Amino acid sequence: MEKPGRFGPYGGQYITETLMNAVMELDEAYNKYKDDPQFKEELKALYRDYAGRPSLLTFAEKMTADLGGAKIYLKREDLNHTGSHKINNCLGQVLLAKKMGKTRIIAETGAGQHGVATATVCALLGMECEIFMGRLDTQRQALNVYRMELLGAKVHPVDSGTATLKDAVNETMREWTRRIKDTHYCLGSVMGPHPFPTMVRDFQKIIGEEIKDQLQKAEGRLPDAVLACVGGGSNAMGAFYDFIGDESVELIGCEAAGKGADTPETAATIATGRVGIFHGMKSLFCQDEYGQIAPVYSISAGLDYPGIGPEHAELYRSGRAKYVPVTDEEAVEAFEYLSATEGIIPAIESAHAVSYAMKLAPKMGKDKILVVNISGRGDKDVAAIARYRGRDIHD
Amino acid sequence: MIRIKDAFNGKKAFIPFITGGDPDLETTGKLLTAMQEAGADLIEIGIPFSDPIAEGPVIQEADERALKAGCTTDGLLDLVKSLKDKLTVPVVFMTYVNPIFSYGTDRFLERCADAGICGIIVPDVPFEERDEIAGSCREHGIELVSMIAPTSENRIRSIAKEAEGFLYCVSSLGVTGVRQEISTDVGSMIKTAKEVSDIPCAVGFGISTPTQAHDMAKVSDGAITGSAIVKIIAEHGRDCVPYVSDYVRSMKEAVIKAS
Repeated sequence: MEKPGRFGPYGGQYITETLMNAVMELDEAYNKYKDDPQFKEELKALYRDYAGRPSLLTFAEKMTADLGGAKIYLKREDLNHTGSHKINNCLGQVLLAKKMGKTRIIAETGAGQHGVATATVCALLGMECEIFMGRLDTQRQALNVYRMELLGAKVHPVDSGTATLKDAVNETMREWTRRIKDTHYCLGSVMGPHPFPTMVRDFQKIIGEEIKDQLQKAEGRLPDAVLACVGGGSNAMGAFYDFIGDESVELIGCEAAGKGADTPETAATIATGRVGIFHGMKSLFCQDEYGQIAPVYSISAGLDYPGIGPEHAELYRSGRAKYVPVTDEEAVEAFEYLSATEGIIPAIESAHAVSYAMKLAPKMGKDKILVVNISGRGDKDVAAIARYRGRDIHD
Repeated sequence: MIRIKDAFNGKKAFIPFITGGDPDLETTGKLLTAMQEAGADLIEIGIPFSDPIAEGPVIQEADERALKAGCTTDGLLDLVKSLKDKLTVPVVFMTYVNPIFSYGTDRFLERCADAGICGIIVPDVPFEERDEIAGSCREHGIELVSMIAPTSENRIRSIAKEAEGFLYCVSSLGVTGVRQEISTDVGSMIKTAKEVSDIPCAVGFGISTPTQAHDMAKVSDGAITGSAIVKIIAEHGRDCVPYVSDYVRSMKEAVIKAS
């Protein structure tokens, strides 16, 4: 039998002994509460009354007509409170932590989306909150630092390593080993040691469940393809999960290729990485010949991570999902296209999925349907895109 | 053949740690023989890793310096092998699982055995994931050192039962680095381990002064010091050898007094 927390050969619990009892306690608590009717009811109420779920499924009529192929639907996670899918996971984990008697939440953040969502839920549920963010990212996303502080969180800039997302994860893990008893680590993606990849996926799978339900009402059938961007992979796992058993539905993850998957300035893990063991899990990682984790690059700070969640690695291995690289330039063009065509400014992360939809839709028949998960809204990216286009605008 | 248990043969052991390749491999080579002469009973060499999650800032920076200076797993293995005849105390590697896995676990351990390495310490391979490397370790005669921490509690017995070489007792919560005081009841952790195994127990994390080394050796079979030595290396660079020797000598004396 497969060990718990394994997805084929991937997953596991590769962490220090100091944290082992903490993750086992978390696993036990998660198993206890995930089927508890009261917990489920409380979480459902928070999703509905606080996050604004269900999020809309919007038919992109102009985009569909313009591209001339498959019908395109957009899953609007950008309309959630705090502006992305991250809130789904934070509500689940912080509520669980509270049930476990924890009073303090720590979390990593890249662009700040997960940090803001965590700080928001901590404010709501009355938890102490500390966020670890790479020094470079605190400078790139200064507004989000202030936003987290406004929500009552303490933000720690991280100077070690490359001073970006992976280093923020390192530092949050280190902080967890310093103080465990009252503290829960609210990991932001479907990664890390078991039970995080499973638990975070479960808190995000509502995305795919809603897509299925909403499309059934609109079209009376399943989609032909579901597209989502992939960094660690939480919005994609959430969008894919309910469709894994539906063989006719193609699942496509869009990775950040940065300046190109054939250049060193990339974060496309499936395209360029190989099997490794890092951040608590066996999965695919960008690394050198000696297993040193590679510095990665993408215009999108949310996809700027050198690994991918273990369940994605398994979906890739088994061939159930496919993964495609999308460059900065392609993502920026899609960002501009969706804004001008549908009046929806997507997060630059989500724009990676929009970009591949623009390539794919014209090749599909008009009787086909594809769904793109718009994992977040793009307000946070406007200044950076302006700078990319040569306009000197700052937050 | 040298074994880890030789370090604890009827005496309390002092175990220094250095990051391999910091500031360069040549200095690492000199440090290994100098520390042996100064009384080290067992030596831990860290294979530098880009993301050492169990380390505090001092060893993180040493890893960065070593990698920047071009230290690789192959370079370190070659160095240790070249000193095989000079090193009479057991030597172990401390590193993270990805450098091992990525090198090819079996190939790595084969090369370790060839270089005269006695054991490995891999902090991100806990008891539940030992199978990842334990089989290859056995095959090549490399002992896989287990760790217990202040949070281990009910896990201590199962870990101690399977432990090989020595049991690494983590003195405190948090990462490696110098601490003012150690507040954990290390003695009772070790007592629990000794109920199920006669394996030697050495204490590490936060030990920097002779008094701390003495106190920890008093309740265990030895004391491990890393960050305090790495700090001396950071301060003196290539000229660090005599300073490290003096320090090792003072720590060793303190540990002997605990016997």
